[in-house]
Amino acid sequence: MSEFTNKMTGARALIECLYREGVDTIFGYPGGAVLPIYDELYHSKIKHILVRHEQSAAHAADGYARATGKTGVCLSTSGPGATNLVTGIATAYMDSVPIVAFTGQVPSSLIGNDAFQEANITGITLPITKHNYLVQDVKELPKIIKEAFHIASTGRPGPVLIDIPKDITTEEFEFYYPEKVELRSYKPTYKGNKQQIKKAVEEIKKASQPVIYVGGGVISSNSSESLLAFAEKINAPVTSTLTGMGAFPGNHPLYLGMLGMHGTKYANYSIQEADLIIAIGARFDDRVTGKVESFAPNANIIHIDIDPAEISKNIEVMIPIVGDANWILKELIKETEHKQHSEWLAKINRWKKDCCLHYVKNDKLKPQFIIEQICESSKDAIIVTEVGQHQMWASQYFQYTKPRTFITSGGLGTMGYGFPAAIGAKVGMPEKDVFDIAGDGSFQMSSQELATVVSSDIPVIIAILNNGYLGMVRQWQELFFSKRYSSTCIKDSVDFVKLAEAYGALGIRVQKQEEVKPAIEKAIASKRPTLIDFIVECEENVSPMVPAGAAINEILDLEVKK
Amino acid sequence: MKHTLAVLVENRHGVLSRVAGLFSRRGYNIDSLAVGVTEDPTISRMTIVVRGDDRVLEQVVKQLNKLIDVIRVTDIESEDSVDRELVLIKVASDVNTRAEIIQIVDIFRARIVDVSTKSLIIEITGNEDKILALEKLLRPFGIKELARTGKIALTRGAKKV
Repeated sequence: MSEFTNKMTGARALIECLYREGVDTIFGYPGGAVLPIYDELYHSKIKHILVRHEQSAAHAADGYARATGKTGVCLSTSGPGATNLVTGIATAYMDSVPIVAFTGQVPSSLIGNDAFQEANITGITLPITKHNYLVQDVKELPKIIKEAFHIASTGRPGPVLIDIPKDITTEEFEFYYPEKVELRSYKPTYKGNKQQIKKAVEEIKKASQPVIYVGGGVISSNSSESLLAFAEKINAPVTSTLTGMGAFPGNHPLYLGMLGMHGTKYANYSIQEADLIIAIGARFDDRVTGKVESFAPNANIIHIDIDPAEISKNIEVMIPIVGDANWILKELIKETEHKQHSEWLAKINRWKKDCCLHYVKNDKLKPQFIIEQICESSKDAIIVTEVGQHQMWASQYFQYTKPRTFITSGGLGTMGYGFPAAIGAKVGMPEKDVFDIAGDGSFQMSSQELATVVSSDIPVIIAILNNGYLGMVRQWQELFFSKRYSSTCIKDSVDFVKLAEAYGALGIRVQKQEEVKPAIEKAIASKRPTLIDFIVECEENVSPMVPAGAAINEILDLEVKK
Repeated sequence: MKHTLAVLVENRHGVLSRVAGLFSRRGYNIDSLAVGVTEDPTISRMTIVVRGDDRVLEQVVKQLNKLIDVIRVTDIESEDSVDRELVLIKVASDVNTRAEIIQIVDIFRARIVDVSTKSLIIEITGNEDKILALEKLLRPFGIKELARTGKIALTRGAKKV
């Protein structure tokens, strides 16, 4: 018998498990219940980024995951530390982002006693995690961690939370890390059904006006190359959801831009006139479909998705194919014939010419212009956004050519997401320029992270499109509430340049068009965390727009102004 | 339209709240839910009676299948299965009505499991129609309390769900 033992505490085992899962970076914030874990981190090789609010730890893990394709990890203490993660976890859940969140918990003997800093975080996160665990026996910790990483990153990805009582982290046990995960109740389907694929091939053959509609699933399944090959083979135009931006090259002649509420007119017109829609890794969200009854009235729909629950959830589809998008696309490339669709594409090209995205160019500083300038200065940058008008402009006026270069909270629409997610993206992809395109409202929800980027030397560039309003809400008030700007004016609430400087970051203010490019270039060259405060036209609207409840071809231009 | 779902789940703490939580947050209505361990002690079986059209049912089944702790979900068709529910009914009774109630209980092959001067407790096992019929006949006497287990069901024949 071997004398060798591998006895260690739960906290030590947690670190060992992270090594074995290939985790090199975690985002977190310490506290009483996780003291033993932080003590182990103190001399571990894992890089710990100390954020200034736990919500940012979850967002940063999310940004890291979206930028790198790896699973993001965050850590917080029990009670308020854990509840502060909730918005970040919900954001990751809605956009199917793989993160593993570790929370401390009060000692097992105190659970249920309303102990100091106790919160039932597994109960709270039940509806916003793919799965969660409360560790009850230290011997199960390695197996649980192995399962958590497996569940988070496979099938339809999503957040998994592991709640660890403090006594579990100090208890010693014989460490053993399982090689494999055995879950009889979790076996995602990867290979699409051949019969269904055959039916899809038939429909594609028959179609004369097809449109490919792609979502974030194409990016998370790393299917971009297959998508390009497939679209070129059948010569079908491609439109993307917000989270699908970058899945298909934005400069490709078959690209239609985004569809839906603030999509391009020609993407929406194409959907409405299509006779076949091939949806891939997208879920027919209400921001995409508009009035659901009048969405794509003439089209048969093929829906490719790894999650069977998305099939026919919002819209009845003709041919569902459940499985991995990449696998299915490769099959489709093999099985389909070359097609031309020259009439259909000519029609689309006319729309593209007649109703391209545009804004009024005058001597004012326009937010759209700033996005274009960022794109010109750093076309391979990773663009992360907050939520609101700036987010829509960032989706419309930046040309994304590669996956994982546009990172945004699509499903939950979380203001305050962008800055911490940009931190995660920059930590994961340090060689890339990373911009947080922000509004003055959203940025104030996470501005404390200026301390993080300065102290950990994470040179992200924050581009605030400062219009003095909570702009998207103001836009709706202008259009649908007779310009009663109830609680949306936040003008002059803060001097962002001074705020940046107070934290030790570089602050630049830009008020004129000619200052835009030099400011962006200075920020990139500085290699320092930089905040650029762009004072933009304050009542600019996001255009075009499908009013809530309208069909997506009832899309309006809103630019006729002042 | 009512459907009976047999849901096999990992016999672990928290599974019931995962399933119940799913129903409440997605707005599905549960008529009844019965849970117990199966012949395999690591697996529990939930029998859930849910109301909704085919589309709702399809979503319920898919969403249940997405829960990591759910092993299998089967829609049990009524013509192809045996279903039962156990109900305890405490009914008001005195010397004047006791005989009449006992007669009704006999007809239904139910059992009297407790007697007092002012009440009887009746135990009945059966399908929904039988239980409803008994309840209707007992109501005029005054039902004081009623507890039911919720429906459980097995498919007929040798095959398992």
